[in-house]
Amino acid sequence: MEAESVNPSRDAILARLREALEGSSPRPRQDEPGAWPTPDPVAEFAEKAAEYRARVWRGCQADAPARLAEVIGAGRAAVAPGLDTHLIPPGAEVRSRIRPVEAETYAAAVTGCRLAIAETGTIVLDHGPDQGTRSLTLLPDHHICLVRTDQIVAGVAEAVAALKGAGLQTWISGPSATSDIELIRVEGVHGPRRLDILILEPDA
Amino acid sequence: MSGGGITPSDRFEKAVKLTLADGQMRANLRHATTTIRRKRQRAQDEVPDWQELRDRAARMKDDAHARLPELLIQLEERVQDAGGRVHWARDAAEAREIVAAIAAGYGLNRVVKVKSMTTDEIELNDFLASRGIAAVETDLAELICQLAGDRPSHILVPAIHRNRREIQELFRRTLGADLPTDNPAELAEAARLHLRRTFLAAEMAVSGANFAVAETGTVAVVESEGNGRMCLTLPRVLATVMGVEKVFPLWSDVELMLRLLPRSSTAERMNPYTSFWTGVRPGDGPQEFHLILLDNGRSRVLADPSTRETLRCIRCSACLNVCPVYERAGGHAYGSVYPGPIGAILTPQLLGMEHGEANSLPGASSLCGACLEVCPVKIDIPRILVELRAKAGVKPAESAGLKAAAWAMASPRRFEAAIRWARRGRGLAPLLPGPLSGWLQGRDLPEMPARSFREEWRRSR
Amino acid sequence: MRVQLFVTCLNDAVFPKVGLATARVLEAVGCRVEFDERQVCCGQMHLNSGDEASGRDLAVRMAEVFAEAEAVVSPSGSCVAMARHFWPKLAGDTGRIAAQKTFELSEFLTHRLAQGLGRGWTPEFAGRVAWHSSCHGRRGLGLLDQPKALLRQVRGLELLEIESEDQCCGFGGTFSVKNPDVSLAMMDDKLDALEATGAEWITGTDSSCLMHLAGGLSRRGSRLKTIHLAEILAGGAD
Repeated sequence: MEAESVNPSRDAILARLREALEGSSPRPRQDEPGAWPTPDPVAEFAEKAAEYRARVWRGCQADAPARLAEVIGAGRAAVAPGLDTHLIPPGAEVRSRIRPVEAETYAAAVTGCRLAIAETGTIVLDHGPDQGTRSLTLLPDHHICLVRTDQIVAGVAEAVAALKGAGLQTWISGPSATSDIELIRVEGVHGPRRLDILILEPDA
Repeated sequence: MSGGGITPSDRFEKAVKLTLADGQMRANLRHATTTIRRKRQRAQDEVPDWQELRDRAARMKDDAHARLPELLIQLEERVQDAGGRVHWARDAAEAREIVAAIAAGYGLNRVVKVKSMTTDEIELNDFLASRGIAAVETDLAELICQLAGDRPSHILVPAIHRNRREIQELFRRTLGADLPTDNPAELAEAARLHLRRTFLAAEMAVSGANFAVAETGTVAVVESEGNGRMCLTLPRVLATVMGVEKVFPLWSDVELMLRLLPRSSTAERMNPYTSFWTGVRPGDGPQEFHLILLDNGRSRVLADPSTRETLRCIRCSACLNVCPVYERAGGHAYGSVYPGPIGAILTPQLLGMEHGEANSLPGASSLCGACLEVCPVKIDIPRILVELRAKAGVKPAESAGLKAAAWAMASPRRFEAAIRWARRGRGLAPLLPGPLSGWLQGRDLPEMPARSFREEWRRSR
Repeated sequence: MRVQLFVTCLNDAVFPKVGLATARVLEAVGCRVEFDERQVCCGQMHLNSGDEASGRDLAVRMAEVFAEAEAVVSPSGSCVAMARHFWPKLAGDTGRIAAQKTFELSEFLTHRLAQGLGRGWTPEFAGRVAWHSSCHGRRGLGLLDQPKALLRQVRGLELLEIESEDQCCGFGGTFSVKNPDVSLAMMDDKLDALEATGAEWITGTDSSCLMHLAGGLSRRGSRLKTIHLAEILAGGAD
């Protein structure tokens, strides 16, 4: 690697670190991920997501389009391209990104997710085709996320294991919030101020 | 001014006289830390394997630090493979120059910032300003500090010393915001409106990193407001300044961080947003990514095996929130962007124990042990405080007192003589060597008894 | 059982009554109490003040005094925490042996009573007593409810507790004289909480914290007084 020979700072830092570690040897580590005990991951996910002021709805796939139309309301909605076509409500536009100049154009974004976590009420995006690029779920003030029950895992450890290799991820737990004033949580700052989660049960 | 650096200009015992006199700040801190303490305990109690998690995280961090050179090289390779560039900075000055050069290279005179203690540590904002580059803080608390010209006083909430009323006034004055009430939700809304256009026009962002994974080259920012996502998504250039100790080996280790950090810092099960990115993703987010790996004293901390666990710190600030000294002294008394118990051990080690002001910080503790009890990575802060007191050396006058006390106490006969002496002088030496005036400042001395215990014992048996 | 009394340097010099009360309580629960006059200081103050060499020297001496004992009992959570956590490191095998048999008074009594020993012991103390939890006993030895449970057995005593029980009183050894401003700010909050209980007495496991609180009470002109746990428990042992 040529880079090494022309970067004195790199060489100096690595040399200092090696010197600092002289005489100590690494201890091999065996680590078992911690399991999250839950009797009903779907119910727990729904409960915890709701506790952080996400609006949560549970229903079957067949009822989803009607519910989706209701949640979107009158505003202009952008829908991630990879979503099942039968889920896309009439009038919605398929978009994978929203440019800054269009920030105020769309009231809502509709996406799927990669998985969801019961332990924390979190949805995780890896920005695959059914989720769009990061701007899609960032600029509109309302994010509507579809979660299939088979995407819900019990704990953070399981989620991390499933997400290995996903280079780009956004973990979302409730709408944007801040604790910066007197350490009291207030919802709604720069990210979407509304988060709707539609949990879809498989059709019977 | 914002930023703040890590070099105290006064010794703690002197600096604290000023901050203790600020009754408003003390009341603000007390209110905020009391609230968060209760919530943190509940968040911890909900996790059945909490103690195992702490042990696992401590082992993981120790393993990472024992292999730091190889992990950093691995991280560098992975980031480069994914289209990012990696820079190395020996100290704050080098890191600042690198960031300024990146901005200048793209011809930019403005950057947006994600909250980052590391960039506060290197006093980046003031330096960029001196080069004609405006750094706009986008985290609410950092924005408050920037607008008020305050130093940060808390790791998680740099503006914790300000209450809602003061923030309302500040926003009215500096943002021209129409704020009829001091309701925190309205204050947050004012910040949203103020920053929205700035985000949409931003061409370069500067962030810190909560951690990076060597095996995948993935970097993470953990946040709440969404300002982080804005900065990490909308600009075309991203520069991330990260302390070298933040790298860890495996992707699976992310579990530990994401289970321990949110519950320890904001007392939430999970923070609203965590962003992970690996180099550059074509068509999504910044197309130029620069990762700046910062030493700035960390290799010095690593060099002492008895205190290097200080580097495990994940900047959650749980130790600040439970510390009775921090609660009363406030963050500014520590003279560093790293205040509280972790600051009392980190700052002097980063600067070197010979630093005449910073080496007063390990004394800023009653050794009550509350910090260790809550630390998610089990840093034995009380033990390290004691180790560092020994390293700082004892001042000559005090040393004479301690030596005299030790000499007296090494022999029962001399101890008895010393007690008789103390009885006559009504002092506490040799039991409490140090300035008697310190004791008498707010406390009376106990009545000395006519006979010591051993005299009583001999008489009664 | 033969018990070596580890009186602590502070009790020896300033609070001899605490040492005598400890001996009476131990006798009341059936122990034979001995006092080895070679003991002086556990080394904690020196260690915590940055004088590790002196701390080690004192710890080694104490460990040698106590290594031969059947059991060692002390009316101080702080000194016992020092013994348990630092003597092994500072005084090697002797330190480890001595540390293993060294107990804080309430810890020892709890254990003994749980074994059914000392059944005839019926302490009495009339008064409203507020509990002060010392940090080193609490976090260093895990003394949470044990001392309070003992106090609840004392006839005539009304036990009062404060919400901020787990907050340090601000003593901290030489911290109290080297950082008096913070130390006193912590003490003031603690005294406010204790006074608000309406207690007549403050009690705890450590004379050091109590000396600091008593110094503040005296300066305030408060009528609230401090008393060591051992003195209360000895109230019915005379």
